[in-house]
Amino acid sequence: MLLTMESTQATAPPREANESALVARLRAGENGAYAELLAVYGPRLLATARRMMPVEEDAREAFQDAMLSAFKNISRFDENSKVSTWLHRIVVNACLMKLRSKRRRPETSIEPMLPAFLADGHQATPSVEWRNETALSLERRETRDLVRACIDRLPENYRIVLVLRDIEGVDTDEAATVLGMTANAVKTRLHRARQALRELLDPLIRSQQGADS
Amino acid sequence: MNHVTCHELIDFLMEYLDGELPPERRAIFERHLSICPSCVAYLQNYKATVEMGKKAMACDGDAVAEGVPQDLVAAILAARKG
Ligand SMILES: [Zn+2]
Repeated sequence: MLLTMESTQATAPPREANESALVARLRAGENGAYAELLAVYGPRLLATARRMMPVEEDAREAFQDAMLSAFKNISRFDENSKVSTWLHRIVVNACLMKLRSKRRRPETSIEPMLPAFLADGHQATPSVEWRNETALSLERRETRDLVRACIDRLPENYRIVLVLRDIEGVDTDEAATVLGMTANAVKTRLHRARQALRELLDPLIRSQQGADS
Repeated sequence: MNHVTCHELIDFLMEYLDGELPPERRAIFERHLSICPSCVAYLQNYKATVEMGKKAMACDGDAVAEGVPQDLVAAILAARKG
């Protein structure tokens, strides 16, 4: 099964033409080839590891594990797939393995972060549209940091699904495979993670809208 | 069922947006959205949330340009030779 890249930032390789040549050199055990692989694909893969692992040290360790595993298993690389896709999956798996072994914080419940409803099915607090300008101000560093902080507040099992699906562009079936869950469970978690993130962002955006107008 | 509550609509919002609802159900959702500003706003917030998440976490151009830190590259190459 292949990873589906929906998002452009995931792992587009800068120098695709040299892919098979590089793979051949890696298979031949050519010393310079390892450094070249790190130089060409490393930055985006490390970015993936950093998105999946909130702690920098963990991201570096997972990235290192992944690269060593890639070097060791280069003979298993299928020439019909893309090096970037293959490496991305290895990095995702290395991060998941590390996350499983860590489990630093006890799993929090997502329930309190979900929207509340009245007995008749209406929203307990009516929603208000977010104005476009608010989303655009995301170009500002502090807004980006604010959104990232909200994502970090999601319970781990939900955060990771959101990162894989919405940010890394991993499709539902692939996410289900790497997480050892059913596709339906992935969908439910993604929807809840988005809902919880919306709840966390809403007061921030509303107060900003109030201040701007 | 020819009627849907806000709660049900929001529970199945992702299926609705992904076009996974059967046509009759989809029509019921659209009828609700035509009379419920709060759900229209929720839908807009939900889509904006996904976009904001993507943008906030998108590759930092500077970080990518910086490359993999030299000490990390050295550690990986050294570990390979083990
Ligand atoms: Zn409604």
